Amino acid sequence: MANDKSNFQLVANGILAENPIFKLALSMCPAVGISTTVMNGVMLGIAVLFVQVFSSVTISLFKDFIHPRIRIPTYTLTIATWVTVIDLTLAATMPEAYAKMGIFVKIIVAFAIITMRLEMFACKEPVSSSFWDGLGMGLGFLVGMVVIGAVREILGSGALLGYDILGFKPLLFFILPSAGFFVVGLMMAFFNYIEIVYKKSREQR
Amino acid sequence: MKKTTLLIRLAFTALLLCLLPVFAMADGLIKEKSFGEENEIIVKFAAPVDPQALQNFDNYTVYEEDDPDIRISLERVVVAEDNMSASLFFENSLNTTKRHIVSIAGISGKAEETFAVAKSYLGYLFSVMIASLLINNFVFTKYLGLCVFFGTSKRKTTAKGMGVVFTLVMVAAGLMSWFFYQYILKPYNLTFLQIVVFIGLTSLTVQAIDTILRKVNPVLFNSFGVFLVLVIANCVVIAVPLIMASNEYNFFETFMLSLGAGGGFLLALYLMSSVSERMRLAKIPPTFQGLPIAFIVAGQFAMAFLGFSGLKLF
Repeated sequence: MANDKSNFQLVANGILAENPIFKLALSMCPAVGISTTVMNGVMLGIAVLFVQVFSSVTISLFKDFIHPRIRIPTYTLTIATWVTVIDLTLAATMPEAYAKMGIFVKIIVAFAIITMRLEMFACKEPVSSSFWDGLGMGLGFLVGMVVIGAVREILGSGALLGYDILGFKPLLFFILPSAGFFVVGLMMAFFNYIEIVYKKSREQR
Repeated sequence: MKKTTLLIRLAFTALLLCLLPVFAMADGLIKEKSFGEENEIIVKFAAPVDPQALQNFDNYTVYEEDDPDIRISLERVVVAEDNMSASLFFENSLNTTKRHIVSIAGISGKAEETFAVAKSYLGYLFSVMIASLLINNFVFTKYLGLCVFFGTSKRKTTAKGMGVVFTLVMVAAGLMSWFFYQYILKPYNLTFLQIVVFIGLTSLTVQAIDTILRKVNPVLFNSFGVFLVLVIANCVVIAVPLIMASNEYNFFETFMLSLGAGGGFLLALYLMSSVSERMRLAKIPPTFQGLPIAFIVAGQFAMAFLGFSGLKLF
């Protein structure tokens, strides 16, 4: 149970140092597929946050009863259960937003990021830090989706959250479905560029 | 080599033979009938027909074979100048996957001419496969399975092995999930459990293929076995049963869907790996090295695949 990080550090780690989308490059499918608006990103982000937190807590609670050899199937079934819960809840409460996200809510069950967190963190750590770690990872995913969604929405339709803020449409191309690849690729290149510039300035000092 | 060409020829002839009944049909007054545009049925006659009778909407009864009570209403009828053919336009677009029964009264000696309009079922199945292979390619138009796609598309040999294993797993898992969905989940009203059941089934299929391959064909296992682990938790594999369930596909449709999805994944991996092999020789700016350039190449493929939308073969 050696975990010297505070709760705040655990959350910050998920958002910045190990951001699931930009740093770990896991669970890219929704980041490309449905990040056309900020709202879609928020919705799916909340769904992932929910599944991540609850699966982490569940696995952490029952970690002493899970035989190591069947741990992966156990993780999968736990995640599938929580995905079913959020899937049915979203379908019942927000049918319009759910229809937009299509198959991606159900696909959360196959997200590598959630299984990875259970395997690497929740099966060893106590419940409270598992909760904060899951929260950080979920928030990291949410932030990543919102950032991509915001870039695409502002550049593509000149709006944010549906409100027109620019008054014109700079690059209509960005709102097209296939532009998701370009946007994510360019954003990754941008972050790489910042990192390279930062390293160079450190070397010169 | 000769054997494979012979096999391909045989398969092709068999396919043509199956499609033959579609071309050789019709007798009597109605020479040819087919679906045209979304809301159009085209009828060709063996002899000139009274255009007045054709223009009278009361002469028509049109319905889908499954729902004889729901009559489909006409919007207009366009008769060709030589009175040998007519296009029937309907108010709503037709569900061309269903068999339509059309009866026209007062155009011949008989009281009524009745005929059925349908697409060839084999052609329809083929179009399901083409749709999941090209039009709705899982990687480039549905954006699924990207983790594995970017992870394994570095070398052609890996890409091929991966694609074949995926196709195998998808077909096996798809058919098994169809069975479970139709005969267990639906009769007992357990459809809300579909995610849990499908993910369990796909993991089981992967495990079973792993065991069988290890015993039956160790050579094949040595070349493909490594990829099997990666397949277990992948969104492409789980997407097939989910689409099958939401579209209420039957057994053959499910088979064609999973075959097309797997083939589409193989195609995407192969295309991407061919480009990455060339990219290794290219001079890429340091900021774009690795994933960013892969994403941009994939974006270009995605735009190229947009061209397949609207593709109609049958």
